[in-house]
Formats: sequence, structure tokens, C-alpha cells
Amino acid sequence: MSKALKLPIVELPENIDKLRDEVRSFIAEERSKGTFEPQCDSWLGGFSAEFSRKLGERGWIGMTWPKKYGGHERSSLERFVVTEELLAAGAPVAAHWIADRQSGTLLLRYGTEEQRNFYLPKIAKGESYFVIGLSEPNSGSDLASLSSMATKADGGWVLNGSKLWTSGAHHSHYMIALVRTAPLNPENRHQGLSQFVVDLAAPGVTVRPIRLMTGEHHFNEVIFEDVFIPDGSLVGKVGDGWKQGMAELAYERSGPERFLSTLPLLTELLNTIQLDPDRHTKIEVGKLVARLWTLRKMSLGVAGLLEKGVTPSLMAALVKDLGTQFEKQLAETARLLVSSNPSVTSSSAFERRLAEAILHSPGFTLRGGTTEILRGIIAKEVVAK
Amino acid sequence: MSEIREMLVESATKIMKDFCTKELINEAESGVWAEDLWNIVEESGLTTIAVPEEAGGTGGSYGDALSLLRIAGKYSAPIPLAETLLANWLLAEVGLPISSKPLTLSPVDNNVVTFNETEGGWGVSGIVKQVPWASLVEGIVVVGKFKDQYMIAKIDPNNCLISQGSNLAGEPRNNIEIQNQFVPSNGVAFGTDGLVSRFAHLGILVKSVLMAGALERVLELTTAYTKERSQFGRPIHRFQAIQHHLASLSGETAAAKVVTDYGIEAIDINQFETEAMIAKIRVGEAASISVPIAHQVLGAIGFTDEHILQHSTRRLWAWRDENGTEVEWAEKFGEQVINAGPEALWPSVTGINKNPISSH
Ligand SMILES: Cc1cc2nc3c(=O)[nH]c(=O)nc-3n(C[C@H](O)[C@H](O)[C@H](O)COP(=O)(O)OP(=O)(O)OC[C@H]3O[C@@H](n4cnc5c(N)ncnc54)[C@H](O)[C@@H]3O)c2cc1C
Repeated sequence: MSKALKLPIVELPENIDKLRDEVRSFIAEERSKGTFEPQCDSWLGGFSAEFSRKLGERGWIGMTWPKKYGGHERSSLERFVVTEELLAAGAPVAAHWIADRQSGTLLLRYGTEEQRNFYLPKIAKGESYFVIGLSEPNSGSDLASLSSMATKADGGWVLNGSKLWTSGAHHSHYMIALVRTAPLNPENRHQGLSQFVVDLAAPGVTVRPIRLMTGEHHFNEVIFEDVFIPDGSLVGKVGDGWKQGMAELAYERSGPERFLSTLPLLTELLNTIQLDPDRHTKIEVGKLVARLWTLRKMSLGVAGLLEKGVTPSLMAALVKDLGTQFEKQLAETARLLVSSNPSVTSSSAFERRLAEAILHSPGFTLRGGTTEILRGIIAKEVVAK
Repeated sequence: MSEIREMLVESATKIMKDFCTKELINEAESGVWAEDLWNIVEESGLTTIAVPEEAGGTGGSYGDALSLLRIAGKYSAPIPLAETLLANWLLAEVGLPISSKPLTLSPVDNNVVTFNETEGGWGVSGIVKQVPWASLVEGIVVVGKFKDQYMIAKIDPNNCLISQGSNLAGEPRNNIEIQNQFVPSNGVAFGTDGLVSRFAHLGILVKSVLMAGALERVLELTTAYTKERSQFGRPIHRFQAIQHHLASLSGETAAAKVVTDYGIEAIDINQFETEAMIAKIRVGEAASISVPIAHQVLGAIGFTDEHILQHSTRRLWAWRDENGTEVEWAEKFGEQVINAGPEALWPSVTGINKNPISSH
């Protein structure tokens, strides 16, 4: 089989069990205190500054970063374990999620010493939140067509344009924005793009809410009108934005949040069907858990490769494709196994989880690159190998 | 993978690639014994892998053997290698003599073979359905019962009534009638529930590994074809609909690979029953998704006996139903998950060996 389709067997080292137990006890304690109720898609919808701060205190944000930047120099497998435990519990991790997963990691890799010293410790404390500034009104899948533009000025840049679907911008501090620093070259559209840290509180930045169909507020449009960005906010090199942004995507695509978004529903499902399950129910549960187990091992394999410094873009895309299908399938299976009236205001936990899972399901296979785009990437790489 | 295993896989790949030609597989399907292939496999010691050297085997681990079988599955090797290995493993476990010659193991969880004590030994009787390769092997290892006690013996196919029959891939699957065949006392051993259950799970893991191998082949053949075949002036892999097919096929094949990799890993530490079930369920699903895709992508040529795709796809169709379908195993596994309850779910998924879902 093509080498690119192989994943290593990842044995989690023994000491990871201890860490896992610590996370579990923490979650159990928070649950018993009533700090949170498990929720589907909690990494998008579960915002809690308080909870993020507690995770920061325990050293569970910025885990892999150097200590001198407030990190904890732990392995990416340790980070994997902490994140999967939090997601499986449906814990409210949305506030710091993006900063921890990709923005901080990006700054560590391409940022200046000054940027690292300034941003990373705050992120690791769970006090500084970032958003992803990629999509625009006219640029979704075709990201390279984006048109927000930063023009060179004295001591910095002046930014105009807008970003769309910006999750969490209404309660976050910074955006890493991919914008043009040179006019679009139709011959090579990946040229002339750069990344900046944009302070969302800067003059000229407007955050306009866009409500989900549920009425929830997660998304925003972020509009830039002559926003001044100091020179020190450039991330990496001028013109290298595309390459840097693609590296960021490997982190964004491969994690356990790509198959665990609806796990709290599976737990409630088991709770509901425990007495007297029929044959069909057993079969469907058996299949779901077999899929879950396999996906987790695949995701762990990708984490294992990232740990070794490999960027497994093909496998990350593949696991995201399979994982997000699973997240949706889980909701559909649960719905067909138990007749219920899903509602976010229901008095039954199962009906609440099912409602969250159904209402959030369209997003699973869109965010972070649509299924269609991912499959194109997978096929091209498989054919090329 | 250990160095020894890598070498084993490498040499097995070479043998299978060289010998398992289209002609050989087609001939085998018409009933001709693949003599040369068997001989080289036997001479290389591959028919007694994972039987300790003290017991007359080649040594090595079950994991080595399963890695070898994935290659055999990939190349549609038309010989009873999996069956011989399973038979030898059972013989070795119960202390009966093994053999490097072609053997088979009749379904272990049957209720149809009986052992009766006679002068100096035992009389074995029963009608067993769907015994793989029974018409072409030199010994059939059967599991039966004397009262409530499991009994194991190797019987002689020449003294059985064997009906002709085959599965969807043309591999022999025979109904056999054992007519009070005498086996001397020293050729019979006792078995336990645990042993029989373990071999039932070993059986599904072996099937899953063979299937994962066949899926690898299906992906390779399909990918290659999309590069060779042009329509509308370009290779068909340029069409987005075909790219989606390739992506799904890649995902299913990768999942089958991962799930059987972990099955192999688990067997090395001898706690593999849950992994075996998961593998059988997931690989069965992968087969049912992948085979229609492959045939769609290859168009009419893939539907002919000319093209070798059918060697793998017909095996996948056959194997997915043997040793129980994925749905039968999903039912068992699902029942265990449900019985263990919601609190056990996530801990089991993150550490199946440490916190077994079931207490079987
Ligand atoms: C919950 C959620 C959170 C998000 N958060 C953020 C965020 O924080 N920051 C951010 O920048 N973006 C965010 N996004 C945006 C996300 O990245 C885009 O939705 C995604 O890239 C698709 O773009 P689009 O919605 O404009 O769809 P389009 O690109 O317009 O696609 C529409 C349809 O056409 C298909 N399509 C497009 N091009 C092709 C092609 N070449 N081949 C085949 N099919 C094609 C797509 O697959 C899709 O089915 C978020 C999205 C969601 C759903």
C-alpha cells in the first residue's frame, strides 16, 4: 500500500495514564460542582473564560510549547490525551481552543521572539483567545482568491477588507489574518499573501454577529476599515502567508475534535437504551463503537506522525473526512434508535444532546475544509504516490 | 514492526507476487492444486509459523503469522495457508503433533461433532458444513464434544464423505460427513470453553487480516486504472466524481489497515478478543463500501474474468460472510458495550486492553 496511507501504531507511554486520570478527576470534580453540562460540539459552542483559565492553571494549554514561553514542554501525544478527554466529556473549551491548537503553534513556528514572548504566555494561561481569519465573503473553498489587503505605510500596514465565518471573534482578542500584501497575480494566486496578528480591539475593526440557524452566536463577520497594523505584527515573511497557512491547516484538520464532536450524545444514547436493547440497537451500537475506536486510532496515528515532525496532510484530510462523517452518522443513528422529540430545552439529556448534534451537524463537514475539497486533496495525493 | 517481521513480510511478498499469477488463481479455482506455490510456502517454513520450534514449528509469533496472511490475502494466494496455520496453532496448543502439510480447521463453535470412547481411542462422527479446503487437505482438525467436554482431533479426509462446493471466490468450502472415524487415544486432546472462544476470535481476526490485504490490492488496482484509462481526452482520475470514489476507497482501506494493525498488535500480547471483533466489524464495512466503488471505477473491464480485480473483490464478498457477518459481530460487541453502560464507554475506547468492555 502507498506509504502515504500508512499510519504508525502509537503506544501511549505508561505515564500518560496518570495524566489521563488527572484530567478525568478534574472533569469529574467540575461536573460535581455543576460548572458545566456536557455538550455536543463544545469546542465551538462551549465558551467559558473561567474553565479555560482553570485549564491554563493546570498546564493543559500550550502543553507542547517551551517553558520560556509559558508552555510545559510536554509531548503532542500528551496534548492529544488531554484534548480527547475534554472533548469526550463535552467540556466548555471553545474560548482558548483555536489559540492553543493553531495560533500559538503558528507563532511559535514563524513568529518573532517578541511575538512569542508577548502572546504565548497569555494563551497558555487560558486568558488570550485567537480566531482564524481565512474565509471571506467571496472566498470560501477557493481561499487563494481572497481580497482583504494590507498596504505598506509608515511603521506598519493599513488593512482593509473583511473576514467571514470568524468563530468566536466577539469574545476573542486577536486574529491571525491571511491577507494580500501584493495585488492578485492570476498566474500564481498563492503569491503575495501574508499573515498578521490583528488586534480585534484596534480602531477600524468591527465585529458583526452572524447567528447560526439555532439563533446561537458563534460566527461573525469581521470588517477592517483602515486598520493600522504595526510592523511587529507581521507573522513570518511577507509573501509566505500561503505556505504558513497551509502548515496551520495540518494542525487544524487532524485532531480528535474531528470525530468527537457528538460523543456526548453517544454516552447519553447508551444511557437511554441500556434496558432491554433489541438486536438492531445492539448492532448499530456495535458498529458505531467499532468506527469510533478505529477513528481514534487513526487520529492517534496522525498525532504520532506530527510528533515526529512529519506533516501528514493526506492522512489529516482523510481522518477529517471519515471523522466528520462519523460525527453526523452518530446523530442520525441515535435519532433512528430512540423515538424522541429532540430539543435544546427538553428535560431529557438525551433529547438535548440529540438536538445539539442535529443542529450543529451541517458545520462538521464544512469547517476546516469541506468534504468535497478534502476528497480532492486525498485523491490527488493517492494518485500521485 | 520488528526486523524479523519485516524480513518475513518482504520474502512473503516476493513469493506471493511471483507465484500468484492470474493463471494460477484461475486454475486453482477450477480445482487444480497450486502445487508449486504450496511447496515453496511449505519449504520456507511458512505453514508452521507461530508454532514453537520445540513443537516442530518455525517459531515466531501470531503477529508474524497475521502479517504474513495479510500478504496472502493481498495476492489472493489460492492455498489453505490461513487454515493450515489455524489448525497447527490449535494442535500445538493442545499438545498434538503439527504438520507442515495442508490442513484445515473445521468451524470450532459447532455443535455437530461427537466423540465416543472406544477400545484404545475414540470414534469421531458428525456432519460439518462449510469446511474450508476440506477436499484438498491432508488433515482436518475438528473440535467436537464428548458429553460436555470439548475434544480436539485431527482426522483423515480420505475416510470422510466430502461434498464438492465453493464460496463466491471459488475457494473450496465442503460439507463433510465423518463416519465414526477411529482416532487413537494419543491423537485426541481436551479443550476448554476459553480455548474454543479464543480460536473463534482468532478465526475472525485471521479473516479480517486477509480482507485488509485484499482491500489494499483493490485500492492499488483501482488507483492504477484511473491513471491508465482516459476518456474525454484525459485520465479519469481528473474527474471529480472519480476522485471522490478514490478518496472513499483510500479512507476505507486505511481504516482496515489500522484496525488490523492493532489486532496484530493485540494478539502479540494475547488479549485480542475485543480488537478481533472490532476488526471484523470495521473491515466488513470497509469491504462492502469498497467493492462497489472499485467495480464502478473500472467500468466493464473490471466485470470480466480478464481483469484481476475480481480475484480480490470476489474474495472480499466471500470472506465478509464467513465466520459470521459484520452484523452478527456488531450485535455481540454492541451488547457488551450496552451492558457495560455509559460510564464505561469512553474509558473502554481509550484503553480496551486495560478496561475490557466485557468480562468474557
Ligand atoms: C462552524 C463553522 C466554523 C467556521 N469557522 C471559521 C473561522 O473561524 N474562520 C474562517 O476563516 N472560516 C471559518 N469557517 C468557514 C469555512 O472554512 C468555510 O465554510 C469553508 O471553507 C467553505 O467555504 P464556503 O462556506 O464559502 O463554501 P463554498 O466554498 O462556497 O462551497 C460551497 C459548496 O461548493 C463546494 N465546492 C467549492 N469548491 C469546490 C470544488 N473545487 N470542487 C468541488 N466542490 C466545491 C463545497 O464543497 C461546498 O459544498 C467556518 C465554517 C463553519 C461551518
